[in-house]
Amino acid sequence: MEKIYTKIESIVGNVVVVRATGVCNGDLALVGDSYANVIKLDNDLVSLQVFSGGVGVKTNDPVKFLGRSMEISYSENLLGRVFSGSGVPRDHGPVLTDNMIKIGGPSVNPSKRIVPKNLIRTGIPMIDVFNTLVESQKLPIFSVSGEPYNQLLARIAMQAEVDIIILGGMGLKYDDYLFFKDTLEKSGAMSRTIMFVHTASDPTVECTLVPDLSLAVGERFALDGKRVLVLLTDMTNFADAQKEMAITMEQVPSNRGYPGDLYSCLASRYEKAVDFEGAGSLTILAVTTMPGDDVTHPVPDNTGYITEGQYYLKNGRIEPFGSLSRLKQNVNKDTRDDHRALMDAMIKLYSSYKESLEKKSMGFLMTDWDNKLLKYGALFEEKLMDLSVNIPLEKALDLGWEILADCFEPNETGLKSTLIKERWPKNL
Amino acid sequence: METKNGYVTGVSGNMVSVKFDCSIRKNEIGYIILNNLKLKGEVIRINSDIAKMQIFEMTDGIKVGDIVEFTDELMSVELGPGLLTQVYDGLQNPLPELAKNCGFFLQRGVYLSAIPDREWDFTPLVKEGDKVKPGYAVGSVPEGLFTHKIMVPFGLPNKEYVVKKICPSGKYNVRATIAVITDSDGKDKELSMVFTWPIKKPINCYKERLRPDEPLVTKIRCIDGFFPVAKGGTFCVPGPFGAGKTVLQHMEAKNAEVDVVIVAACGERAGEVVEVLKEFPELTDPRTGRSLMERTVIICNTSSMPVAAREASVYTAVTIAEYFRQMGLDVLLLADSTSRWAQAMREMSGRLEEIPGEEAFPAYLESVIASFYERAGKVLLYDGKVASVTIGGTVSPAGGNFDEPVTQATLKVVGAFHGLSRERSDSRKYPAIHPLDSWSKYDGIIEKNKINVVHNILYRSNEVNQMMKVVGEEGTSAKDYIVYQKGEFLDSVYLQQNSFDPIDAAVTPERQIYTFNLLYQILTSDYDLNDKKEIRNFFNKLRQEFLDWNNTEWNSIQFKIHENNLKELYTSVREN
Repeated sequence: MEKIYTKIESIVGNVVVVRATGVCNGDLALVGDSYANVIKLDNDLVSLQVFSGGVGVKTNDPVKFLGRSMEISYSENLLGRVFSGSGVPRDHGPVLTDNMIKIGGPSVNPSKRIVPKNLIRTGIPMIDVFNTLVESQKLPIFSVSGEPYNQLLARIAMQAEVDIIILGGMGLKYDDYLFFKDTLEKSGAMSRTIMFVHTASDPTVECTLVPDLSLAVGERFALDGKRVLVLLTDMTNFADAQKEMAITMEQVPSNRGYPGDLYSCLASRYEKAVDFEGAGSLTILAVTTMPGDDVTHPVPDNTGYITEGQYYLKNGRIEPFGSLSRLKQNVNKDTRDDHRALMDAMIKLYSSYKESLEKKSMGFLMTDWDNKLLKYGALFEEKLMDLSVNIPLEKALDLGWEILADCFEPNETGLKSTLIKERWPKNL
Repeated sequence: METKNGYVTGVSGNMVSVKFDCSIRKNEIGYIILNNLKLKGEVIRINSDIAKMQIFEMTDGIKVGDIVEFTDELMSVELGPGLLTQVYDGLQNPLPELAKNCGFFLQRGVYLSAIPDREWDFTPLVKEGDKVKPGYAVGSVPEGLFTHKIMVPFGLPNKEYVVKKICPSGKYNVRATIAVITDSDGKDKELSMVFTWPIKKPINCYKERLRPDEPLVTKIRCIDGFFPVAKGGTFCVPGPFGAGKTVLQHMEAKNAEVDVVIVAACGERAGEVVEVLKEFPELTDPRTGRSLMERTVIICNTSSMPVAAREASVYTAVTIAEYFRQMGLDVLLLADSTSRWAQAMREMSGRLEEIPGEEAFPAYLESVIASFYERAGKVLLYDGKVASVTIGGTVSPAGGNFDEPVTQATLKVVGAFHGLSRERSDSRKYPAIHPLDSWSKYDGIIEKNKINVVHNILYRSNEVNQMMKVVGEEGTSAKDYIVYQKGEFLDSVYLQQNSFDPIDAAVTPERQIYTFNLLYQILTSDYDLNDKKEIRNFFNKLRQEFLDWNNTEWNSIQFKIHENNLKELYTSVREN
């Protein structure tokens, strides 16, 4: 069975073609010493996508078909480990081969899904209070290159109240990879983290495998009752890798060079987010950088149609406007009775603050009310919006009341009198 | 029967090339035999002895030389009692049943029968010796709210048959023979309650098609009054992500005054389908007092399910809609979203290496979209009943830009356009239908000339608003300012609705007409007001009163009080 082919017919980009029989679509093979998978069959011509790229592949390199599709080991031993996009350890640890599972498995039956109901606490007030993250949610972080999105992800990885964190890095700068590793190791969060990292200098094909590996492992942990949070950065690199491969395969591009199936590609990954009834859950938080701060660019645009809301990261803060967690109303009614009302009131006042700020910048006279708003806005940004703030939801709500009491009279906030009576800080 | 076989010669994505040496037809279904699995596929191109098949499943594991079985049947759905309340995937696999068999995940190669195997209370409607034609009812069974007619299969040659045998009233299995009919050549045909129909062929067993001239009430004021939909008509809802397309469709599915609603979730989020699945059984249909689910069929092929089946899912949905129309019912089909369906076509077209059109969509995109929407229609059936299929599709244009091919191709063929706008949804205006961009060719529940007058005020108001942005409030005349305020007033009290208020969320047509008449009076009166502040205060008061009016129960005492307040308020400053 283990037949070795030594005549490669063609090498184009990352794709090599050999003549072979009895090969299954999607099977794994070894080309030289790099893994490859079968992407196309045409009679006895087999097209293989080489994970480590086509550079240096010889026409007489041995091609060995392994008779199985891409797999990854699944066990508790994965925790604390770092792997590459083809599942090879990059942390000098041992290669894991026990309990192999397939990647890119079937999707969940919609009739088995349940309405999400548990929130995930992250200790970041802009998320917990204003746009709560919910178990089984899929949310992108829309951002411009240069924003501290990786710092944000690292904070979430350290603080989020989940059992397992899986970090999938695509096209990461090596510095960023080291940053993640160091930060997580220092904070002690590494012991519950698994990393699949593709750095910018690694072969393109591995980039496209990172989400599949991360999600396949995450899904198994979720089935075993764990609450899993998958952090992906950056999905735009993933889409660009898909684009690169599609173009080398001579597929007709649809929009700005991206392949026509970009939506399906992204959706089949994001839709892995699920809450299993009677078991665990899988939540996805994925950075999507917007080239040129343009939300209509194909990648953020298609992502927006797939995900359940989005966070906008702008000027180092999660923007309260534009950011939206579509599932927050499923959970924020059960946290604390003042959660929703306080959230709405604070956002409304913050939006008035923005108007006052604009007036001020145009040189208009500031009224008493404007000055109150300006004070409020500054406090809000400093105490709640700053990414370094790490306080539990209840504390954040209390802090919100304090900020309001510091700046306004109760009747200026537009909050219901019953709530004010109960919650308005008295010792100020 | 002789089996027709071929074997695989190539695989590329979800397209498989098959060599065959028998006769096969285009769009026929074949199965690839993979160990103990059978993977369903459809022949989409034939070139000498090679057929290209699109496979409705993942193609991993298929190898050259695998056997393919052809079925000689086109892609079809099963029609019969038991369709209502079901949740199907794009190929009419019942998903809850599938979950019972396979657990959490959708296993490939598992196909279950769509019509549940159970007994029904059959009552014959014909007697032996009667003459029937395809589409004629031979009997009926009670199914939930309806009397489900058992019809002569539409697929038989369209000629007269004589009923040779018909079973008496009683309980029969859905697949048992309940009648035998004979054609003029003396050939017998056994009938059961179930038959199949190819999804890409419109069902046309009716006398004639009628003009859609009766409004379909959605209980959404903005639609029923300004941009109405007709029974048997078509409409589309394009909008950027987050503008509330799906929410609007769910509201239509809940409140529309039709008999059956088919929800086709095509390539969208699974979570949204779950909301319908969990919410609808709990809601009661105000028209019948029964659960909403009893009038609903859900076809769901969410974004992560195989792409080829996504293409089939809209056809499956429309075929089921047409089947219910044959029973004399009014059916509403809501497809969310047709862009995903068009993308599925684009993927397939790319695999076939066809010459791409605009944005790589295939050149036949427009004609395919047109022929899909053309399956809507109001018809006169053989028994004299009038029935309809209304199709509403959402469109998800890339970047929210309506100039893209799918939106444009759709706009050419639909009768009403409900364009959603990002600004309106961002400022939490529900529904986010843009009142100046949208249009409808149908007649609504309110007289057209009155609507035109009101619409003109809206246009003028918008113009004044644009002007005010340049010259400021100071530079605007009181007369213009009143027009501006009138437009804003109209928008906030009539075009917008409070979807959280149980009364305002769904408004009956009588009430809509009643409140519109007062609104019309208010908007067409001239007011003796000159000071801007005074004008603003006046309209603020009017608005508050009108919104309170909207939230009170129809014809209650409170309702009358608010109405009188409104009348007093506006007549007090009216110029005579």
